[in-house]
Amino acid sequence: MSPDNIVQYLISGITAGSIYAIVAIGFNIIYNTTGIINFAQGEFLMLGGMISITLAQFMPLPAAILAAVIITAGVGFLIELVFIRWIDSPSVLRMIIITIGLSIVIREAALHIWDEKVRALPYFTGNEITSIEILGARFSPQVLWVLGTCAIIVIILNIFYYYTLTGKSMRACAANRTAASLCGINIKNMVSLSFTLSAAIGALAGCVISPITQTQYDCGATLAIKGFTAAIFGGLGSSTGAIVAGLLIGVIEAASISIIPLAYKDAITLTLLLGILFFRPGGIFGSREAAALKEY
Amino acid sequence: MRNWKFFSILLSVLFAAMSFGCKKGGDGDTIKIGALFSVTGPASFLGAPEKKTVEAFVEELNAKGGVAGKKIEAIVKDTAGSPEKAVSFAKQLIEENKVFAIIGPSTSGESLQIKSICDDSKTILISCAAAELIVDPVAKYVFNTPQKDRHAVMRIFGVMKNLGINKIGVISANTGFGKAGKDQVIKLAPGAGIQILISEVYDKDATDLTGVLTKVRDKKVQAIVNWSIEPIQSIVVKNMKQIGLDVPLFQSHGFGNVKYAAAAGKAGTGIIFPAGRLLIAESLPDGHPQKPLLVAYKNSYESRYKEDVSTFGGHAYDAILILTKAIEKVGAADSEKVRDAIENTTGLVGTAGIYNMSPKNHNGLDENSFEILTVKDGKFAQYTGGK
Repeated sequence: MSPDNIVQYLISGITAGSIYAIVAIGFNIIYNTTGIINFAQGEFLMLGGMISITLAQFMPLPAAILAAVIITAGVGFLIELVFIRWIDSPSVLRMIIITIGLSIVIREAALHIWDEKVRALPYFTGNEITSIEILGARFSPQVLWVLGTCAIIVIILNIFYYYTLTGKSMRACAANRTAASLCGINIKNMVSLSFTLSAAIGALAGCVISPITQTQYDCGATLAIKGFTAAIFGGLGSSTGAIVAGLLIGVIEAASISIIPLAYKDAITLTLLLGILFFRPGGIFGSREAAALKEY
Repeated sequence: MRNWKFFSILLSVLFAAMSFGCKKGGDGDTIKIGALFSVTGPASFLGAPEKKTVEAFVEELNAKGGVAGKKIEAIVKDTAGSPEKAVSFAKQLIEENKVFAIIGPSTSGESLQIKSICDDSKTILISCAAAELIVDPVAKYVFNTPQKDRHAVMRIFGVMKNLGINKIGVISANTGFGKAGKDQVIKLAPGAGIQILISEVYDKDATDLTGVLTKVRDKKVQAIVNWSIEPIQSIVVKNMKQIGLDVPLFQSHGFGNVKYAAAAGKAGTGIIFPAGRLLIAESLPDGHPQKPLLVAYKNSYESRYKEDVSTFGGHAYDAILILTKAIEKVGAADSEKVRDAIENTTGLVGTAGIYNMSPKNHNGLDENSFEILTVKDGKFAQYTGGK
């Protein structure tokens, strides 16, 4: 293996990892408020991608993406309003079943609104064959867009969660619903906000990765599984953890490809995940004590 | 009281339905044909045009009075590309709907799963999937319409020989189609004087292959062969260009959907792949035996569904064409006789080529049914290089 190949493997790992990372961030937002995993997160990505692709035919790309993010955020808000808000005691199991059901409904609705065909947004910079060269390794500029978007989302989210009252209230809801409610926090509004925000971030992620992964009605589930792995790996609730874990998984996969056949890639990742969960149940960035107090 | 009344009505309706459904292949006026297509899911590129083609074909045929004096009724089931669903739908079609014959499934994996089910129940199966194993070993009641993987590989190797390529890398999807194609490439390579330096299998849902392509690049291959049917075919070529791997890419006949070429964008230019003549129907020379049929099918499909025709829909067209021609020849929906008639099909012009079946050959196409195509500006064109 020559040195420039090592850099190339690293970069292809980062390409795959950046996609895992940006998907993983979305999981954390709803988790941070409700303590549940939203299994329809992948569908928000798909919706964002599909809506922006459709709108991009009529308006410039940035406008189409903005509109897609707003529309998907609206869908997220409506979902919370119609399916989640009226539940008195949202147990973890109940919420999981509801979100799985929602993911199926959204997927089937997308199949009827659009069709089964694969689509993609154009590359934001250059086109399909544009590549940037670093140390003899080459990659698509779209990877930088994905990484940049990840970084901006994480910075904004961290500021929001740790320095604004609304953000702190959202975290309080996850820590202890009853106590948060006693402190005068309107839990239901916080949950609505978290669904809206997570749908918006999912949609943005779906737009940014669309040129690389391509978008079709059932692409959400596959992306969500990888993102979910990264979210757990990094410690649920931590956006920074999600990014680091996502990139780490990507790079580990690329390293495994360089040595053993590609077919074993997922086995390596999952073995590693099991190992991490065994020794650090809270993920690499989560604390063991906090994980032990969670409902699951 | 009321319940009893309702129950007795229900029972009588059920009995009536059963007595109608008893005879295999439908009642007096219709012939029931089952169709298993992966209309949705990862192989929807195959199933969706196949379903549309069969529906249009049946409608046109019935408008002309049907076949052998009977109307055709197509019962289409969406398997979503899952072999498990294909098996349960096949059983349902055979046991409950009592269909006369089954067309499909769309993918090789599904077809192989239901091969023995159809053969055991003496139900004619005309598969729209390409894997060699579907018709080799021959099962008495099982046929398929797409060109063989072996012929596709032979045509690809022919082009490589002309281009002076003898060291290649092979990547394939972890599907029935991917595996069957990869096996043929590995089997036929030594005879063609071609050395396979690396062979890798990727997940059919993969979204980025730069890692494995880096590994392929490291082996200094002169060309890459990719064998899959999924949208990943467009991603492979983009990834190659992005990491600067500038060798020719050969795809399988699974690339025969112009949407894939469009999705690959600028990166797609120069992809070489074997395909049926349907994709270049209009530019065929006049007098080519397939031209009238191809142009007619293409125009009728494109005007009806407002989308580009693909070779996959053509496989379903050929399947129902072979079946209905055989029923017409026999003059009745008699399983045994129709099966014999299908086996004796000769010189039948279809979208994939000209069918000449025999007891040993339940596919009937030869190497010449393929044309080598390339991609130019997001469209398909006849490949003229390397000659």
